[in-house]
Amino acid sequence: MLKKKAMLIDLTLCVGCNACQTACKEANHMPADEEKALSTTSYTALDEYDGVFVRRMCQHCDDPTCASVCPVGAFTKMPEGPVVYDVEKCIGCRYCMQACPFQVPRYEWSSTYPRIQKCIMCHERVSKGLPTACSEACPTGATKFGDRDDLLKEAYERLAAEPDKYVQKIYGEKEVGGTSILYISAVPFENLGFHTTLQTTPMPQLTWNALSKIPGVVTVGGTLLFGIWWITNRRQEVKEYEQKLHDTNHSHNGKN
Amino acid sequence: MKKLFSTFGFWKVTAVAIMLAGLYSTYVRFFQGLGASTNLSDTFPWGIWIGFDVLCGVGLAAGGFTLAAIVYIFNIKRFEPIIRPTILTAFLGYVLVIVGLMFDLGRPLQIWHAIIMWNPRSVMFEVAWCVMLYTTVLALEFSPVILEKFKMTRTIKMVKRISIPLIILGVLLSTLHQSSLGSLYLIVPEKMYPLWYSAYMPVFFYASAIAAGCAMVIFESFLSSRAFNRGLELNLLNEIARICVLMLGVYAVMKAVDLSDRKMLSLLTVSRFETYMYWFEVTVGVIIPFIMFTQHKIRKNTTGLFIGAVLVVAGFIMNRMNIAITGMEGWTSTTYIPSWTEFSITMMIVTMGFTAFYFIAKYFPVFVDDHEHEDVHKYSANVYSMHDDLRKVSSPV
Ligand code: SF4
Ligand code: SF4
Ligand code: SF4
Repeated sequence: MLKKKAMLIDLTLCVGCNACQTACKEANHMPADEEKALSTTSYTALDEYDGVFVRRMCQHCDDPTCASVCPVGAFTKMPEGPVVYDVEKCIGCRYCMQACPFQVPRYEWSSTYPRIQKCIMCHERVSKGLPTACSEACPTGATKFGDRDDLLKEAYERLAAEPDKYVQKIYGEKEVGGTSILYISAVPFENLGFHTTLQTTPMPQLTWNALSKIPGVVTVGGTLLFGIWWITNRRQEVKEYEQKLHDTNHSHNGKN
Repeated sequence: MKKLFSTFGFWKVTAVAIMLAGLYSTYVRFFQGLGASTNLSDTFPWGIWIGFDVLCGVGLAAGGFTLAAIVYIFNIKRFEPIIRPTILTAFLGYVLVIVGLMFDLGRPLQIWHAIIMWNPRSVMFEVAWCVMLYTTVLALEFSPVILEKFKMTRTIKMVKRISIPLIILGVLLSTLHQSSLGSLYLIVPEKMYPLWYSAYMPVFFYASAIAAGCAMVIFESFLSSRAFNRGLELNLLNEIARICVLMLGVYAVMKAVDLSDRKMLSLLTVSRFETYMYWFEVTVGVIIPFIMFTQHKIRKNTTGLFIGAVLVVAGFIMNRMNIAITGMEGWTSTTYIPSWTEFSITMMIVTMGFTAFYFIAKYFPVFVDDHEHEDVHKYSANVYSMHDDLRKVSSPV
């Protein structure tokens, strides 16, 4: 069986060297200049909070919100973990940007034929069994690539080995149903710009609650409307008939 | 008469000015991209083209299915005189939504992808299909008016034969569509301010759309009675106002219960921008018109009816804009103010709608009192146009 891949990002090991961004830009043929935030030309970027660096990137959710909201199914969750985007399908409604709980997708606003851009977890490399470019470039091992199960286990071991150092939480283990990017940290996540109030059930469930009612609405509503029409129409016919009878003074030839 | 002409001239000049500005903005939009023409950004990807053109455009077209259900399903035929203009309004509303989408979509020429690339898990997919199907249904519902003009009786008969299934389909599609616009926002529980975010948004969208649709019927009857110098079906509009007030009441109660269920009532008194906007929306769009329309005297009065309807529509627009914009600004800590190009395109689209209505109503038998009533229904509209209040109206029938 194909094992789901993931990346474990240990914020205590990150030194802010930006090697991940440089490697990513090279692997994805993007302009090499350093960028401080996610953009259409940088799939990953470092945020700094008092000397703590936080790598931002697409979280590659297990049940990705972006994939569920896209009307034309431009996003696909690959069995290996990456969430990839097919520009050939995209119509540019930007619902994925509106919906992503991590505010990841970026848009080519200045283009007249724009694309959505976000980290693709080096899916071509990953499908060949190679690690992602950024994890390979990381000099300290702050970003580690591997099987999700193994990385989770390792993360728990690290938390247990140094309970005083680490916040006892793996961000991404349960958030929105689990993601392929896992973070551990010495500083509480809410102080590092993470959304810690996200639900643990997948987001698509929220819209599915409404969408799953459609067949019911259509069948019950359709039957009801037809029933009402039949009754009111019948009543009308009867009334007209009686009127006619009345008009013709009971002469019984009130045919139409 | 002279006065009427000069006001008309004023509107013509304004319309031309709006169209010119809109055309320039259209050029910017399609030749320089969304970045140059809008104030949208990665943190604020949806602006007034979604908030106003789509959310409000669809909602204000709700009069179409409400009235169609009243006349054809519930068989309350006395509303027939206003059904044609209402269906026309709904149809134009939907066409304009599509036009608005063409501006908003980043890759508008790919819009047809939704037909062959399916993702039934997506609310946007549902929305896309509802727009396509219901626009078709509305076109068919309205087609007899066009066909009548060209005396294509055979085709009219064909359309009439499928009219009931068509109406039922239309009501179902509208129900799905109105509510699905609310469902669109179910996916952003973190991002939307909790005064607006609720798991019941689809229901709220539906109820408020019916109320606003009724208000639109009143509003637009009033305007066309002025523009075409024709009578106003005051007694019918009075009853529409009663349906409107009923929906407003249901809507208000549901909203209140929902707020208290979610333990969010305390938010109503927090001093925040969102709170003011919420109260503004509710006062203008629900509380005042509710009080007005429960008064028989006001409902009987042309000005009263008109003002009430305008308030409901304004409150409805505010609600949709609050959900699309105000409610989303806080979390993203951005302020979004539409650029003038965005504004001018929206205004151009609205102007196109009014103009199209004017010309279609002028050249086709939209208003029943203009055409010979050779219809299947023997309920001559003239009986009603002579009805009590209408005798006051000076215009010849
Ligand atoms: S983080 Fe956002 S863009 Fe990435 S997979 Fe999850 S929902 Fe999609
Ligand atoms: S912008 Fe493109 S990828 Fe994103 S939801 Fe819309 S169609 Fe899908
Ligand atoms: S996984 Fe690949 S695409 Fe994503 S940030 Fe790393 S190098 Fe870039």
